[in-house]
Amino acid sequence: MAVPEWLRLRRAQPVAPEEAAQWTKCPGCGEMLYRPDLAANVWVCTRCGHLFRMHAFDRISMLVDSDFTEIGGDLVPSDPLGWTDKVPYPQKLQRDRDKSKLTEGVVCGFTSMGGFAVALGVMDFNFRGGTMGTVVGERITMLFEQARERNLPCIIVTASGGARMEEGMLALMQMAKTTLAVRRFHDDGGYYISVLTDPTTGGVSASFAFQADVIVAEAHAAIGFAGRRVIEQTIRQKLPDNFQTAEFLLEKGAIDLVVERRELKERLVRLLDYGVGAKSVSANGRSAAPQPTETRA
Amino acid sequence: MNVIVEREKGLLELEQRIAELKAQAAHQPVDLTAEIGALEAKYGEIQREIFGTMTPWQRVNMARHPKRPIGTDYLAALDRFDELHGDRHFRDDHAIVGGFAKLRGRRVVAIAQDKGRDTKEKVFRNFGMSAPEGYRKVIRLVELAVHLRLPVVTFVDTSGADPGIGSEERAQAEAIAQSLATLAQAPVPIVATVIGEGGSGGALALGLADRVLMLEHAVYSVASPEGAAAILWGDAGRAEEAGTIARVLDTVDRALGTLVTVPTPTLLDRRYAKFRRIGAP
Repeated sequence: MAVPEWLRLRRAQPVAPEEAAQWTKCPGCGEMLYRPDLAANVWVCTRCGHLFRMHAFDRISMLVDSDFTEIGGDLVPSDPLGWTDKVPYPQKLQRDRDKSKLTEGVVCGFTSMGGFAVALGVMDFNFRGGTMGTVVGERITMLFEQARERNLPCIIVTASGGARMEEGMLALMQMAKTTLAVRRFHDDGGYYISVLTDPTTGGVSASFAFQADVIVAEAHAAIGFAGRRVIEQTIRQKLPDNFQTAEFLLEKGAIDLVVERRELKERLVRLLDYGVGAKSVSANGRSAAPQPTETRA
Repeated sequence: MNVIVEREKGLLELEQRIAELKAQAAHQPVDLTAEIGALEAKYGEIQREIFGTMTPWQRVNMARHPKRPIGTDYLAALDRFDELHGDRHFRDDHAIVGGFAKLRGRRVVAIAQDKGRDTKEKVFRNFGMSAPEGYRKVIRLVELAVHLRLPVVTFVDTSGADPGIGSEERAQAEAIAQSLATLAQAPVPIVATVIGEGGSGGALALGLADRVLMLEHAVYSVASPEGAAAILWGDAGRAEEAGTIARVLDTVDRALGTLVTVPTPTLLDRRYAKFRRIGAP
């Protein structure tokens, strides 16, 4: 898989030079895995099939054809509550920025997939557990607003623990803000696909993640509203292993389909294709559906 | 144990003493004005001490004060209320009560979260924590309001959505997400009032509105207990409580009065802008 230029540039500095950093232990089977091999295998353990939680950049490079133009990347959160628990909130943000090389918990932008021009947002669990604060809410909202203006379909890959506690009410209200943006986009004929990855819970699952026209879940992902521990504490008994998995939700009828990671791009491109004719003419007479570009194979 | 109720005990004793003195003064030719004045001053002092500087936990206890009016008290105080049950799919959720109503002569659809008052009621209402069918009842009632062009009035009071196995099996997240989405584009005026606890997404699912009112001291919170709060009920008699409910309903009515004259596209644009601003750079 060709690494896009924008990603190569961003990756050029941060990657550790030591050979040791090239090896990762699989949490599933304990096998030592060579990172380039792991990356080539879309971050699935070559031995046991364990799914690593993907970095947003890796996810983007796995999905896009070539270019990706990020929007809202310079937005960073303030500290509205002056929040401090063990560590002051600004310090936590800095730590996660250093660790993840991300400026916030979601990367949004415009790209193409299988030749279809598309708005793409990818959340990253490595940044404050993918929680939605003001900046995540703002970037998602911007993406839907701009996708609506440009008549492009929108794909959001979710991974989130829910609303971000450190930003309190402002974080909660991002559920309302993103919902309004999704509804506007939808009512104007926009086509929206969400991809729920491990884990998708709380305020994100209870807003834009479950408001898509088509809801795809990555195989084995944990998806739900309340966290597993909260439920176990409430009912005081152990939950079955498959509880809140993508497969469990599929059986209960809550999602459209479950897709294996290595097949994700191909499947998404197929799903995008169905949006070409469907509800393609919006109120202003322009097409709101994806348009194949000339580069399409 | 409710920490506010405990702290209020001294206040209630004083209140009783003042009432007794007043009754005495009315029937006997003794001037008790000075005594009554002194007790009232002391009462004010204690009141300020208790409610002036509340810790977050005390605020939560205020929001959960057993004497606060709950959702169905507001519904009962409407001119008329005709409950409509169920989500048409699975069952009738008792933590959310809704239906047709008349508010100050105006036809509306009213929806309230209700925690229940005594133990039996609390269990019946699942402590105000809705399962997905509760939010799906909200969706269908709002759709009904849109169909009949009726404004929607909601009363928010919950520590959060129900965190149980059944709720997850029936897709709690989807139910809340769709409740939000329905309120987002409903082409009728919506007024939400936080009457107790506005706890997390389970509260916001009834709170995406053109006007969001909150009772004094009220706090909306991103997660259930921390940071909630509200109004002073401990020393209020039933009559005063009814007066307060009436004032809340008057305020809701005034808000609706200004909203019903707004053209629908403008209404929806303003609703969008209201939430769009939050957290924008």
